[in-house]
Amino acid sequence: MITVNNICKSYKAAKRNAGFGESVRSFFRREYDVVKALDHISFTIHDGETVGYIGPNGAGKSTTIKILSGILTPDSGDCLVDGRVPWKNRIEHVARIGVVFGQRSQLWWDVPVIDSFELLRDIYSIPPEIYHKNKDDLTELLELGELLRTPTRQLSLGQRMRCELAASLLHSPDILFLDEPTIGLDAVSKIAVREFIVRLNRERKTTVILTTHDMQDIEAITKRVILIGKGRILLDGDISEIAASGDIDRTVAELYRTYDI
Amino acid sequence: MSRFITQSKKYLSFFRLRFAMSLQYRTAAIAGIATQFAWGFLELCVFQAFHRTDPEAFPMEFHQLASYIWLQQAFLALFMTWFMEAEIFESIMDGSICYELCRPINIYHMWFARSIANRSSRALLRCFPILIAAFFLPAPYKMSPVSDFTTFLLFLISMLLGLIVTVSLCMIIYMLSFFTVSPQGLKILFAMTSEFFQGNVIPLPFFPSRLQKIMELQPFASMENVPLRIYSGNIQGDQALKAILLQLFWAIVLTVIGRLICRSAMAKITVQGG
Amino acid sequence: MKRNLKHTKVSPVKLYLHYISIHIRSIMQYKKSFLMTALGQFLASFNVFIGIHFMFLRFHSLAGYSYSEVLLCFSIVLMEYSLGECVARGFDTFPSLVRKGSFDRFMTRPRSEILQVLGSSFELTRIGRIIQAAIVFVYGTVHSGISWNWSRVLTVILMLIGGTGIFCGIFLIYAALCFFTLDGLEFINILTDGAREYGKYPVDVYGKRMLRFCTFVIPYSLVQYYPLTYLTGRNDNLFYAFIPLAALLFLVPCFWLWKFGVRKYKSSGS
Repeated sequence: MITVNNICKSYKAAKRNAGFGESVRSFFRREYDVVKALDHISFTIHDGETVGYIGPNGAGKSTTIKILSGILTPDSGDCLVDGRVPWKNRIEHVARIGVVFGQRSQLWWDVPVIDSFELLRDIYSIPPEIYHKNKDDLTELLELGELLRTPTRQLSLGQRMRCELAASLLHSPDILFLDEPTIGLDAVSKIAVREFIVRLNRERKTTVILTTHDMQDIEAITKRVILIGKGRILLDGDISEIAASGDIDRTVAELYRTYDI
Repeated sequence: MSRFITQSKKYLSFFRLRFAMSLQYRTAAIAGIATQFAWGFLELCVFQAFHRTDPEAFPMEFHQLASYIWLQQAFLALFMTWFMEAEIFESIMDGSICYELCRPINIYHMWFARSIANRSSRALLRCFPILIAAFFLPAPYKMSPVSDFTTFLLFLISMLLGLIVTVSLCMIIYMLSFFTVSPQGLKILFAMTSEFFQGNVIPLPFFPSRLQKIMELQPFASMENVPLRIYSGNIQGDQALKAILLQLFWAIVLTVIGRLICRSAMAKITVQGG
Repeated sequence: MKRNLKHTKVSPVKLYLHYISIHIRSIMQYKKSFLMTALGQFLASFNVFIGIHFMFLRFHSLAGYSYSEVLLCFSIVLMEYSLGECVARGFDTFPSLVRKGSFDRFMTRPRSEILQVLGSSFELTRIGRIIQAAIVFVYGTVHSGISWNWSRVLTVILMLIGGTGIFCGIFLIYAALCFFTLDGLEFINILTDGAREYGKYPVDVYGKRMLRFCTFVIPYSLVQYYPLTYLTGRNDNLFYAFIPLAALLFLVPCFWLWKFGVRKYKSSGS
């Protein structure tokens, strides 16, 4: 179970101005802006749930994922993931979670995918029998087959994303974080990824937390949606209630307008 | 004439843009200056140790060497050949060079201007703090003022020619990389050769005497070697004039060669379509 | 499907070797580029070597050190540096690791950050410098007339270990500072490239003050000047052969600084 309670996080960002005169001036003096990335965020996610975490760019989605996956420490507030504080027991925590960043590969670029898998086996110290079972299951489910022998750099984006998913699940994590997993994929790959996530959740009872801009991802994968804007949670509820009218993209656009985010 | 002015404006705007970009990296500039200062100081320490070991064998006055080293550090960006334009190499490698060809501008002139702008803006930003500090150092390490106005004038002319020789050599390398399978290897070989033969590892006077005579004639010696030695008073009078004439000779020859290669490179692109 | 059994952790050494084998397989994909960079590395130090050669043609000795003794010093420092750079390249290019998000990725894996950064890069191209160092070392030993015995061989080995450690430590400091600012870190070059370039001559050549700095601030002389006096027979005290090990203590404050930097990164995220 994940409980998040009143998490706050702000950043200091250097102002950088364009123009000849401005750059001469900033040579001597530099100014900063304080940006509130998260402003008293609270929610609870139960085991085996799938949650869509949505909001416009810069709303605080990535910051939340980074806190939950132990990368960032919040300024204030508590968070417990299966009884662990992510940023305090980092190594213990991350051994039990999987993370996919849609825009960044975790596979080694120049070697066949299977080599990456084997390295991950050693990184996570996965026992051989579990490694083989997971690898075989995932290969079948995601139809990796020949891809395993191909160097990552030769894979298409869709093929790579399937391998990324498998790589994040080799150590049987209890929770899977997906940060824009379908970004840039063609229709066929998108559907494959969505179907896989649904199946993973159903069969392995893996908790899935998904950020995306693609509302069809949300429709296909999850019931529950958390909408975040300007660092605050604006809505937390069932997708069917929010999108009663049918066209989910339109509804979300309307929501963004209503909350002025 | 008006064409010349509009052309110059284009190049000037390149220069302004580059200068503004370098200014943004304030601390980086300060650290760079400090680094080069430390570098120069260590260099002088080494030579001082050799000087102590055998002052008779020292081929120039120590104060001349001190000026040579400080000028070398201050104007590093003007003459360093490993400091080449990565963007130009990339545009050749990935073929985006074609877009440049669409612009109404001579590619040789544009890259030439761009290299001059980049090098001089970097050098201008860094040279004064180093030089000023070097003037205030204690005796053996300090940079000496130039002996007279004529020498200073010759120094400036020779600096300009040295920069032109440096850039036209780099231009030849850019142009040759259209024809070679391995621009990377070409670049490395060129950087290493020019570093040594322009007197960056040790100044040319420290080369074995017989070798030195020949070395002073080759194009790399027309880069930093001449202006730095004119300033420090190591080359004077007729010798200085001869050295400058040799610089002029190399500047002309190398630009002509560069433009010839440029022309055939362009022909190659137009024929092969990139 | 949940995994609750406690499984023995794969040892850091085994994991590191696994990383290296991946890097070597990657290099094989770009043989030409690898050879070119290695050649460049070789030529860069070759320039330095020719510089030393020319200087000794003119001066014959330096502050009491002969040509071959200087070559020994040059080659050992070059090897220390190249090994350090080969192993700790991940720290040397740390800003790009952070920019590409690789460091975030490391944080989501149940392994120490240092091990993963070390594993992220293995700069085999430094073999160019190492080969040169080895050639010059052999030439230097043949001509310096050092009578080799086990304690002198041990001295060289300890120098290499200690020196590699120091350079790794400086790269670690650099990476740790990257957590606070990216501007102005060029000055670290004095401690890395500068040490390689000017470490070619024994530290005492630069005078008493420099020797003190290189003993107590950044302990270069512990892996260069002091053991060298033992190696060249200027000093018979076996204690000097073991001095390089003390240089490894330098890694302790480097490690603290790194830990401090990681904590800063976790609270600011950039």
